[in-house]
Amino acid sequence: MIEFTDVVKSYGHGSPALNGVTMQIEDGEFCFLVGPSGSGKSTIIKLISGELRPTSGTVHVNGYNLERIRKREIPYLRRTTGVVFQDFRLIPKMSVYDNVAFAMRVIGAKEREIRDRVPYVLELVGLENKAKRLPSEMSGGEQQRLAIARALVNNPSTIIADEPTGNLDPARSFEIMSLLQEINNLGTTVLVVTHEKDLVHLFSKRVIVIDDGIVVSDGEGYYDED
Amino acid sequence: MKINNLGYLIKEGFHGIFLHGFMSFAAICVTIACLLIVGSFSILAYNLDVMVDKLNQTSEIMVYVDSSLSDAEARSISTRINQLGNVQKSVFISREEALENFISDHNNNAAFNGVQAQDLRHRYVVTLEDNSLMEQTDSQLQQIPGVAKTNAAYELAEGFTTIQNVLNIASVALIAMLLVISLLIISNTIKLAMYDRRDEIAIMKMVGATNSFIRLPFVVEGFTLGMTGAVLAFGLEWVLYDTLVERISSVDALRLFSFVPFTGDLMIPMLLTFGSAGLFVGIVGSWTSIRKFMDV
Repeated sequence: MIEFTDVVKSYGHGSPALNGVTMQIEDGEFCFLVGPSGSGKSTIIKLISGELRPTSGTVHVNGYNLERIRKREIPYLRRTTGVVFQDFRLIPKMSVYDNVAFAMRVIGAKEREIRDRVPYVLELVGLENKAKRLPSEMSGGEQQRLAIARALVNNPSTIIADEPTGNLDPARSFEIMSLLQEINNLGTTVLVVTHEKDLVHLFSKRVIVIDDGIVVSDGEGYYDED
Repeated sequence: MKINNLGYLIKEGFHGIFLHGFMSFAAICVTIACLLIVGSFSILAYNLDVMVDKLNQTSEIMVYVDSSLSDAEARSISTRINQLGNVQKSVFISREEALENFISDHNNNAAFNGVQAQDLRHRYVVTLEDNSLMEQTDSQLQQIPGVAKTNAAYELAEGFTTIQNVLNIASVALIAMLLVISLLIISNTIKLAMYDRRDEIAIMKMVGATNSFIRLPFVVEGFTLGMTGAVLAFGLEWVLYDTLVERISSVDALRLFSFVPFTGDLMIPMLLTFGSAGLFVGIVGSWTSIRKFMDV
């Protein structure tokens, strides 16, 4: 579960990036976080992943209180959330298989577990036949699928997708969103940060709208940029 | 970090060395150069120590008799010498015996065929009771009529001690300076490796890698660079030292200098010093460069 209570985050002397955000995303939910550039979406993601600490207010993510979290606990917090980025952030010199296996090695998984889990996750995202390819040999949509596979492989309770369709054409965007919905159907909480309102309307899920550091609306299915 | 990652992390560390081959080569070369200089200074200081100790242990003074004295007069001086409190015994060596000893010391070299006994002086080898009073006894010996000059090792020992002190100060300064240089070079090599892999590190952090997991390959890399430099420097030092000692020993004018054999007292301390310096430079060099990449 992700819970923000009256969260303020200031970077310096200017106006705060977040100015009293309160929201709660339950386990197993699928939720869109939308808002214009500079509205505070990235700050929310950084707070969830433990990259930043709130200036005031409390943030709870999957059982961790980020106000009090110790530095050495942050890697363990991050293992509970898988993050997918617009620019994929894959390791170009590693094959598809190794990009996913790498995420397991990093948390100390045994080779046998890696051999069992990676093909399963690649199959889940539809890349089972491309395990030996390099990311550069794949399309944007496939690269994003790979990024999702990597985020999923450690079985996190939450997937955070930061503009996952920003570099993709509409058809590929739809595929990626469908994949995220499938993952959500398997029980994983999914938070998608986007500004593509067509997709948001199409999938008809909970939408949290943030603007100028505050939550301006929180409801089902539709939002109006105005 | 779990134990089943260890093999993977060590492999990654070695991989990093070859990924930045030139910088790794430079780091090893600088470590070798620094350790060679440090090692050479230390060996020289140690040899001087041994020489000074040896000279201090010598309880003999050579007393040369005035060449204008007859044989009988020269022999009569022994009474005055033996009267001195600190003298245990004195042995008279005639100029003929001195020449014989000199030629036999030089393997009967034909070059000394023309040397006459008359060119040398009669002499006494005076053995002392208490070595610490050498300077005082030497001065008393010089005042005996018929004594032309004396040769006491304490003057030489003092000379060696001065050189030794200068060398010790220079060694400490050099060791500190060269260690810092080695540290900087290894640290830069690791920084380069980390910079090259910064995206990978960011991904590792993102998926929940602990700092020790990220750090270990770079520490392995630094350790390997430092230890490779240390082992090669040790081998080179050994070869250079043995060659130098052999050359110096073959020059008669430098026979006064006696060197400790490398395989004797030097090998183990040098191995330990080089090993720990390599270890220190490698691990500290990599550890310090990693820190700034950890805050992702």
